[in-house]
Amino acid sequence: MNTSYNWIKSYVPGLSAGNQEYFDKMTLSGTKVEGFAPLDKNLEKIVVGHIDKLEPHPNANKLVVCQVDVGTGEPLQIVTGAPNAAEGQTVVVVLDGGKVAGDHDGHLPEEGVSIKAGALRGVPSMGMMCSVEELGFERTYFPEAPENGIYVFPEGSPVKPGDDALAALGLRDTVFEYEITSNRVDCYSVLGIAREAAATFRLPFVPPVVPETGNSEHASDYVSVEIKDSDLCPRYVARVVKNIKFGPSPRWMQERLRASGIRPINNLVDITNYVMEEYGQPMHAFDYDQIAGHKIVVRRASEGEHFVTLDGQERTLDDRMLMICDGEKAIGIAGIMGGENSKITDDVKTMVFESACFDGTNIRLSAKRLGLRTEASGKFEKGLDPENALAAINRACVLVEELGCGEVVGGFVDVYTKKPQSREIPFRPDWINRFLGTEISEETMLSYFPPLELTYDAERRVVKIPSFRQDLEGEADLAEEVARFYGYDNVPTTLPNGEATAGKLPYKQRVEALARDVLEYCGFSQSMNYSFESPKVWDKLRLAADSKLRQAVTILNPLGEDYSIMRTLPLGGMLNSLATNFNRRNKNVRLYELANIYLPKALPLTELPDERMQLCFGAYGDMDFFGMKAVAEEFLRKAGLKGQVEYENTAEYPFLHPGRQAVMQYEGTRIGYLGEVHPATAEAFGIGERTCVAVLDMPAVLPFTNLDNKHYEGLARFPAVSRDLALVMDKSMPVGTVEKMLRQRSGKLLESVELFDVYEGAQVGEGKKSVAYTLVLRAKDRTLDDKDISGVMNKILNGLQQMGIELRS
Amino acid sequence: MQEKLVKIREEALAKLNAADTAEALNEIRLAYLGKKGQLTEVLKGMRDVAPEDRPKVGEWVNSTRKAIEDKLAAVQKEIGEKALEVRLKAETVDVTLPAKLPRIGHRHPNTIALEELERVFIGMGYEVVEGPEVEYDYYNFEALNIPANHPAKDEQDTFYVNDKILLRTQTSPVQVRVMEKKKPPIRIVAPGRVFRADDVDATHSPSFHQVEGLVIDKNITFSDLKGTLAQFARELFGQDTKVKFRPHHFPFTEPSAEMDVSCFKCGGKGCRMCKGSGWIEILGCGMVHPKVLKMSGIDPEEYSGFAFGIGLERITLLKYEIDDMRLLYENDERFLKQF
Repeated sequence: MNTSYNWIKSYVPGLSAGNQEYFDKMTLSGTKVEGFAPLDKNLEKIVVGHIDKLEPHPNANKLVVCQVDVGTGEPLQIVTGAPNAAEGQTVVVVLDGGKVAGDHDGHLPEEGVSIKAGALRGVPSMGMMCSVEELGFERTYFPEAPENGIYVFPEGSPVKPGDDALAALGLRDTVFEYEITSNRVDCYSVLGIAREAAATFRLPFVPPVVPETGNSEHASDYVSVEIKDSDLCPRYVARVVKNIKFGPSPRWMQERLRASGIRPINNLVDITNYVMEEYGQPMHAFDYDQIAGHKIVVRRASEGEHFVTLDGQERTLDDRMLMICDGEKAIGIAGIMGGENSKITDDVKTMVFESACFDGTNIRLSAKRLGLRTEASGKFEKGLDPENALAAINRACVLVEELGCGEVVGGFVDVYTKKPQSREIPFRPDWINRFLGTEISEETMLSYFPPLELTYDAERRVVKIPSFRQDLEGEADLAEEVARFYGYDNVPTTLPNGEATAGKLPYKQRVEALARDVLEYCGFSQSMNYSFESPKVWDKLRLAADSKLRQAVTILNPLGEDYSIMRTLPLGGMLNSLATNFNRRNKNVRLYELANIYLPKALPLTELPDERMQLCFGAYGDMDFFGMKAVAEEFLRKAGLKGQVEYENTAEYPFLHPGRQAVMQYEGTRIGYLGEVHPATAEAFGIGERTCVAVLDMPAVLPFTNLDNKHYEGLARFPAVSRDLALVMDKSMPVGTVEKMLRQRSGKLLESVELFDVYEGAQVGEGKKSVAYTLVLRAKDRTLDDKDISGVMNKILNGLQQMGIELRS
Repeated sequence: MQEKLVKIREEALAKLNAADTAEALNEIRLAYLGKKGQLTEVLKGMRDVAPEDRPKVGEWVNSTRKAIEDKLAAVQKEIGEKALEVRLKAETVDVTLPAKLPRIGHRHPNTIALEELERVFIGMGYEVVEGPEVEYDYYNFEALNIPANHPAKDEQDTFYVNDKILLRTQTSPVQVRVMEKKKPPIRIVAPGRVFRADDVDATHSPSFHQVEGLVIDKNITFSDLKGTLAQFARELFGQDTKVKFRPHHFPFTEPSAEMDVSCFKCGGKGCRMCKGSGWIEILGCGMVHPKVLKMSGIDPEEYSGFAFGIGLERITLLKYEIDDMRLLYENDERFLKQF
């Protein structure tokens, strides 16, 4: 909300704080100020001038030479090209050495534009006469300004040469921008902010006086009001103005509207806007003569009903929207926009002023469904105080009379179906002190309440809450009122002194931290990808149409299709990130990510999906399948998995190379997979090199991990025996099966088994391969003898025989 | 005999003096001390020596042997030292050649910032907990005093899965889940991903991280909230850091505040980072709303507490002076390698 500081000051007469002080103090008492902008920024040495004499320029026919009285006795010679300059005009003059905010075209340089005396086509010019743009404004904010050329004060303006032109134009003011929190509906108004300012600076708050208005007639003789759907309209007040006379609103009103960012239009529109800013209450005016039966009915629309709003658009309504109707038809969408059929035109003679209160949620949702958010709906949706409706309309009628834009009919029609309950909150100063950790006296606390219009009933020890403070519900709220006027800064700083608690990282996160350490020392950098992605990723990953991985949590209102499904596997993000790096010509990139996938238990979703942390790592360049395997094993070993991870060549992952992929199992549980990315998938993502990925399903790994119960096993004290075995087997036989047999049959004596050579060639024969292992055997408690060794070797030889594997001679 | 030994000795010492390689040395050793060496030959001739002279001759032979051996050792040492000197000289490297580092990956700056936050809070006795990212509307809104149709629901631009399930817009639902399960005293921080329907640009992302904090116990006061967060700020940004609390509004805390810290770049003088104000907004906080306590099964008459929420990316961007949030999710290795 943007508001003129002068407007605030007019209701807090003693307020003299400078801009920065006002900014700081208001922010610290809870009315957050986003920023402020002095309207006279970059405007210097600017006075009122009078064009005494105007002569043609001797050397240029588009220029004229003026003698301008600026109150110094001697007129100033100023050359101008303004097409509208004429003798006798009262104008705005910037003197030599002064500054204006903008250039002719309305550009506003940061430092403004300096004006110096000089000569134009040989004729000396001692200053400049300014246009609205040069003052830094758009012309529409000054309806009296000419379409083109310099600003001319209207005749009869109370100014004389030499006066401060900025003051005369209302530019000695500052616009403050407030960030009002949603609970403080009352502060979306000048009066609300002024009340807070008065309380903050401990000054009296002087709201406008609203005397009774109107002639001897009564509004109820003109119009009747019936609320059919009172659940959506707690109050509707109508007043009538006749003999309407349009004209411009006075300068002071225009200035205040301008500071709020509202363009002056005419007296009636300006009054409505002015009161909306001042009281925070939107109002609407209907053409009385267009109201059939002179009757206003507030009811819900019919489903599918069509209605033309005053902007000429046809809208389709539904039966949840509230309408303002007359005896026959709809004449406005309640709280959002009036109808074309009853709008105020230049010919209006009599009008009905509406000041109502509507259900905020209903207005918000209706405006959303209509795609029509207006200034009015923006206010109503916050949930306005029905008490304010009458105050605001009466204020508007005062202004109608004051500005002479019509004859106000006496009285008002007020249908008030649901008065807000008056609320009381118990006042326990000791509780407040205990809650805040302060020692504020009861007297001091009570002194904060009257400026906020909170009244204290000393007998019952309760605080009565005014209707405009719907946000105050309980004692904690009262404590906040005390705290913010006592000053958050003055509340002491202490530390909780209860029972000590042990700080810790949960085990799951310790394992994740280990994963980060291992991946990083293996050369992988941590990436972060979005949790949502495009369903197109599934096609790039070549998932079958009926793949379970296509069963995803879908977002109803995504930012776009590219962000519409919650990922069911981590590869989309990983491959996209690798592709980004590949496109940017980064070489040998290795990335990892630790993040969740989201697997629905059933679709449509009735309970939360299974969120599974995935350790995904991927690389292109100097990395291959076995490098990835080593990294996976390094992590698992460090995490305490002592046994053997088993790898099975599968073809079940369509996004991986059919001959270079493996499922990882540990003690019969699938814990992950790895492989080289299928060339078609790599191409779909735009990675032009061999790429490898691995995924470990952390919830599956976690039960096997052991970070805490590791113990020392003693160093070997007896000698080891090593035996080399050269084996010839079918080429298709995975060496893992041989290794598994070797381990099983060597039993406890096995210290290590290491493959040191794989050979295929003529010497071993077609379809065969030779594989060589070094077996190291050792006992913990003795030196092995021949019997031990031959026992193991015989078992192994038996095993080899069963597997059809020969010893290479 | 003595003459012969003197001659052998002089000859051998002269040859040793001239020797300059390990091979030459070995030859000399064999020639004199070896099985067929001259000295050994002399010893073989002992049987021709009269028995009464034998001790004397033996002594001569031994002293000669010792002299040769000593000299041999001395020359050997000298040659070894020389050879080492030559070798070391030959092995001189250009120390300005590039360093060789094993390839090491880099942690994401968000994680680095998060680990620092966690370290501070763990040190203050907080347990780190997690909650679901796809969450029930109840936990994300209703249980936090944001009833159906509350405008805050619109303000937060929530991604919905259906009318009951959504992507959490804040980590605050973890507060409720913890309070439902755990008896006070509670001191937790809950970091995690949150989601809001903001289009991607330099300062917005539809997915980002928050760190939620919650303390519930008997007699927890607003002054405890101030003291705790001031200590946190000093631990994270340096001991000279000042804090400022401004009143604010959150539906689930009362009183509520936003906390600013003195700018850690300029120390509060005013600079580009703090937009000249000397202060940087860091977090939102407040005393847990009695309604929220009640809904989570905690008696607000017996217990009170405070909560806070920190935007992790905000800390990361400020700390590392990163000017575009998109960099955090692009995963360009050239970016990641800088941390």
